[in-house]
Amino acid sequence: MKIIVSIKQVPVRDSQLRIESSGRWIQENDLSFEINEPDAYALEEALQLKEKHGGEVIALCLGPARASQTIREALAKGADRAIHIEEEDLTSFDTLGMAKLLAKAAEAEKSDLILTGLQSDDLGSGQTGVVMAEILGLPSATIIMAVETEGAGIRVKRELEDGWFQNVEMPLPAVLTIQSGINKLRYATLMGIKKAKTKEVKRVTVSELGVTAMPVAVVERVYLPQRTKQTQILEGSAKEAAAKLVEKLKFEVRVI
Amino acid sequence: MSGVLVIMEQRGGAWSRMSWETLVAGQQLAVQTGSTVSAAVAGQGIGALAGELAAKKLDKVYAVEHALLGAYTADGYTAAVEQLIRKVSPEIVLFPHTYQVRDFAPKLATRFGQVLISDTIGFRVEGGAPVFARQLFQGKLNADVKAGGAAPHFASVQAGAFRADQLEAGSATVETFAPDLSADKIRAKPDAPFRESSRAVDLTAADIIVSVGRGIKEKDNIPIVEELAKALGAELAASRPICDSGWLPMERQVGSSGQTVSPKVYMAVGISGAIQHLVGMKGAKTIVAINKDANAPIFEVADYGIVGDLFEVVPALVEEVKKAKS
Repeated sequence: MKIIVSIKQVPVRDSQLRIESSGRWIQENDLSFEINEPDAYALEEALQLKEKHGGEVIALCLGPARASQTIREALAKGADRAIHIEEEDLTSFDTLGMAKLLAKAAEAEKSDLILTGLQSDDLGSGQTGVVMAEILGLPSATIIMAVETEGAGIRVKRELEDGWFQNVEMPLPAVLTIQSGINKLRYATLMGIKKAKTKEVKRVTVSELGVTAMPVAVVERVYLPQRTKQTQILEGSAKEAAAKLVEKLKFEVRVI
Repeated sequence: MSGVLVIMEQRGGAWSRMSWETLVAGQQLAVQTGSTVSAAVAGQGIGALAGELAAKKLDKVYAVEHALLGAYTADGYTAAVEQLIRKVSPEIVLFPHTYQVRDFAPKLATRFGQVLISDTIGFRVEGGAPVFARQLFQGKLNADVKAGGAAPHFASVQAGAFRADQLEAGSATVETFAPDLSADKIRAKPDAPFRESSRAVDLTAADIIVSVGRGIKEKDNIPIVEELAKALGAELAASRPICDSGWLPMERQVGSSGQTVSPKVYMAVGISGAIQHLVGMKGAKTIVAINKDANAPIFEVADYGIVGDLFEVVPALVEEVKKAKS
């Protein structure tokens, strides 16, 4: 089975975000970056499918030069090779533009399966996989918690709301968006890290892919959300704050 | 091109309650853009549902009826709604931001050369066109997104962003729309939805819930919050990542994929407050947040907050609770 995994590099979870002077994005220069968490699960699922059925895992990443670190890590975990669509300024692309770039790069590989995380931790639009599928004319299924082969196709378990699930059979090739928690993530081994250095990373540019940015959904500005509730912050040492909270729970909320 | 079209969601003849909130968003958007709002429901045997919609303040109700829409498939729903949109020519199409919508609406928008502005929490109208607000970075920042390009524009509405009780009643005519669908174009074969097992833990009955998130760092630290739950006589719950990692069973998960709770007190310990979690607990009467990051979105919904290290605060809290109870 030939599997493409589309991965994205995003700021690490606990980042303190500052808005850049244009007001349209965040300051990136003082941030650390990591693989988007749902994409890490998608990569792991691809690696496990390859271990079961043989084949090849190709990491596909759209991002600036710094994303090569995330690509290296994917290769160290076991991806066989990678394609890096290198672009420093992605703010001029919307979801459709980015999906077009990824679809264009994926198309030539003629893979059996394309996996990606259900959403990114930064933009969180949750659409890239589905839009790629539509551009490529492939069937798709989202928020997937299990993937099994079934004859010439696959059987996947979709997560629905409120603890419901649904099994869906579909033909290959197909695109799946993977939910966090579908599997247990592996760590890269020392051997894997060593091997990653010799693996192929094909770099392509936006212009080579022949996709022009024509955004239809334009981010006008980013800003800190307004608080909807007046939160009473209980100050002091841990002990003092705890005592204040217990006081509130006892005399105002009356649950103690 | 004119008006707002709201695509309602139903499963097995029961409404997704988020649909009503989206309908409110549609009514308000229509007022502010000086246009009209219509609603559509797709499925098989949906006459009664369409009838219910006809009693709302709407221009028209479209009953998108077809045998192949009985069970949801992305291919079936995308094709059916695409055909309806081409016939009705709305300026704006709104959806509730449900798992089902996430499965097909991006595909639909792509067919119109558009992008679904997903998971929006509000809008303002500028020069007759809507600018939608949506969250970035798991709720840490907001963004205003303008729907550009040629209409129709597509947006989905986050759970709880609008209040269903603000829905305006009225009367509308129902028009049945029969899309042209064929079984061979529907590539996925879905089984009936199922639940993993009957829930052994019913968090919805608890008066107090102590819920733990990523901030707990490792499985071995779980007893720290367990002890707090015990001291308070509370149920122990968790955000998704904790259950994903197997640190607590899935049935203790609160959020969009777990249980929705509204206890007297919900104490979020080391939970940043991503929207997937907030939708499951923001109905709590009193919310307490303990988090080291003062900017964590959980503080936006909290009544009481302690900004600090949970490994210091929680043991101190256990002691104070015991003292208060003795």
